[in-house]
Amino acid sequence: MYGLGVVKGLWVTLKHFVDTYTDDVQWLSKQYVDKEKMNARQSPKGKGLFTVQYPDEKLPAAERFRFIPFLLYEEKNGKQEDLCTSCGICAKVCPPQCIWIVRTDDPVTKRPIPAPKEFYIDTDICMNCGYCAEYCPFDAIKMDHDFELASYDRTTAHVYDKAKLSKPVSYYAGIRPTDYAAEEKARAAEEAKKAAKKATASAAKKDAPAAPAKSE
Amino acid sequence: MTEAVAPAVEAVAESLEARFPEAVTPDKRAGYSGYIVNPDKLIEFATAIRDEMGYDLLSSVTGVDYIADGKLEAVYHAYKTTGGPALVFKVQTPREEPVIPSLVSVFPGADFQEREAYDMYGIRFAGHPNLKRILMWEGFAGYPLRKDWKEAYFEGDLKPFDSRWPGGNFYRSEEKNPFSHNVTYPEGFDPDKWVSEEEAAQYPTVNEMELANARGFKTDKIVVNLGPQHPSTHGVFRMLVTLDGETIVDLQPVMGYLHRNHEKIGERNTFLHNMPFTDRLDYIASMSNNLGYALAVEKLLKSKVPERAEYIRILMVELTRICNHLWAIGFLLNDMGAFFTPALYAIRERELILDFFEAVAGSRMMCNYMRFGGVSRDLPEKMMRDENTLAFVNDMVFNRLPRAFDELDTYLTENEIIRTRSIGVGVLPPDQAIAYSCTGPLLRASGVSYDLRRAEPYSIYDRFDFKVCTRPNGDVYDRYLIRIDEMRESAKICQQALRDMPATGDILAGKPSYNVRVPAGESYGRVEGPKGELGFYIVSTGKNNAYRYHVRAPSFINITVLGELCKGHKVADVVVILGSIDIVLGETDR
Repeated sequence: MYGLGVVKGLWVTLKHFVDTYTDDVQWLSKQYVDKEKMNARQSPKGKGLFTVQYPDEKLPAAERFRFIPFLLYEEKNGKQEDLCTSCGICAKVCPPQCIWIVRTDDPVTKRPIPAPKEFYIDTDICMNCGYCAEYCPFDAIKMDHDFELASYDRTTAHVYDKAKLSKPVSYYAGIRPTDYAAEEKARAAEEAKKAAKKATASAAKKDAPAAPAKSE
Repeated sequence: MTEAVAPAVEAVAESLEARFPEAVTPDKRAGYSGYIVNPDKLIEFATAIRDEMGYDLLSSVTGVDYIADGKLEAVYHAYKTTGGPALVFKVQTPREEPVIPSLVSVFPGADFQEREAYDMYGIRFAGHPNLKRILMWEGFAGYPLRKDWKEAYFEGDLKPFDSRWPGGNFYRSEEKNPFSHNVTYPEGFDPDKWVSEEEAAQYPTVNEMELANARGFKTDKIVVNLGPQHPSTHGVFRMLVTLDGETIVDLQPVMGYLHRNHEKIGERNTFLHNMPFTDRLDYIASMSNNLGYALAVEKLLKSKVPERAEYIRILMVELTRICNHLWAIGFLLNDMGAFFTPALYAIRERELILDFFEAVAGSRMMCNYMRFGGVSRDLPEKMMRDENTLAFVNDMVFNRLPRAFDELDTYLTENEIIRTRSIGVGVLPPDQAIAYSCTGPLLRASGVSYDLRRAEPYSIYDRFDFKVCTRPNGDVYDRYLIRIDEMRESAKICQQALRDMPATGDILAGKPSYNVRVPAGESYGRVEGPKGELGFYIVSTGKNNAYRYHVRAPSFINITVLGELCKGHKVADVVVILGSIDIVLGETDR
């Protein structure tokens, strides 16, 4: 029958329309406020309304979600201690070349000190590829989750300096718990390996003078 | 499969050399393959390989600037639509007077690609019917991909730039005077007074009309610009349509509004730098762009990809294909006038896939996920809402997506309005599709069973059981149907990948390194992207930057045939035909 195809299509639309209401009944409309129920709404099993009312409702970001890098510092004796050693790998690996680092030089010897004097990221140019975080050998630069960066003036507000980029390690551990735990584990293993090496080395040292003593 | 074809290629080689003594010589440079053809014999050669040897699909035409040798080289890749490896041939011409005979008469699909090579390298293709700039504007001075051309705000030939570290005191490029020595006008050029002759020549019927009116006729031919910001054009794209009443007499695509010289950027970048830039080509299908580029570089590196990484790659790429086709179908329906209800039903499913991409790669669209020799990260255990990743993706691939395809099918396929709008509209016969170098769903909807995953399997596609879908009629309706078919097949591949994927294992060959040195030579990596054959032609000189980096963009080459498809149809059909070809301007304009 002519027109049946259209009717069949409209039936699908109607089903979707009704689904939103059955969803409401099933969750008693709590899927718009309750976080867990909102998650169910967004899962492969979700049938009703799929959209969220940003900014009133916000979707959780994936742990690996990456947006604009930040620098990590540790709080030690009330002082901020940067993890960055200004080795420059992030600046070299940055595809759009938006990272600018000034290395600290010792005022007396003029030799480089492993700490950045200045660190700029032009967030207008940053393409959020995550290479800097991926290839940083010191886990000193990481990708952030904060994506609400709109501002009135791009020429001044969008170039982040070191003060604006720096965030504590605890913040990083908060947004990326799995990554942080894995890195801590790797670092601990590395430390243990180093300690073991040191122990064997010192043991060998102890043995070394002992050996000739024996031969004598 | 490749082993079986290899002797055949050699036989072709012998017969070619015997047939064109002195005109065809093997390319003996280290790391290179194929033949160097004398320009005088090029047309004869091309006709011979097409008619006698079955290389009927001229896939890629591009140029390379060998400035040290004082030569420009045009590189051609031809394929058989029955499958098998490429026949690569090159034509060299002096840089000062670069002239090469045009192949448009033999392969009409060379049309836009030759215009691009002319635009970027200044190679003049003798006999080309419409040799004009295509991506840059008329009146642009210089040839941007030549090695001695420098862009505005030029900072250095190769990245990384020295100014960033260790003395990286920030400045903005804009702070430098934009009218410094980097920007020059050609001699005697005044931008205020200049009017492009070529632009004026694009409106011949306007003049015709004036002429006719002067003679006292009343004529109804008219030139209409669809775009550059027209809701039907899927981005900044212009169609210069000549109408007789409401019937299309002639249609010329005008593009380049989104041109950023991706290839020049790629040649400044290191090999690794370039990976996130490939995301921005076809931004709907970034994973498959990543794979194509990674394959091209891995061919030179000869790296072996770990098993688990191969499966993850296939899973990602096939999910990308589903994303793309959902998008294409949704927006095709938009173009037909079913405003956004079908599109939103389609991209709702896409949203779940993007959630998965975000959890795995860290970004929904600009995934930057593949690395040379594997992928950047393993699948995470948990997704953003604490659900198990594997459970999520299994549920999606086994239940949700097949159900969604069925629903889309019920929703749209038998709809009488859609059928009336699309059946018999924009018919592309198979021989024309091949001649115009069409690939992907566009070619398969015309009944040509050509899919790179079968024709020349890459990665581990030889292990999967799937059907190469074809449809017989080659009209808009078939192009819609083939996308539904392909999504179903892709879901099947995903299911097999999930089933066979090793539970653990390496995801990257070797140690991650930011300084990838690639052995000298050329390579052409190609994948069956969602829109067609996506190829990356790379020339390396053994450094960490590519000497030549070319993208064979399916969106760009598929619209070569747009004008032919639209002739004789109505304006409303043009919109639908363009939608059915499925282009993304990020890739078209590069």
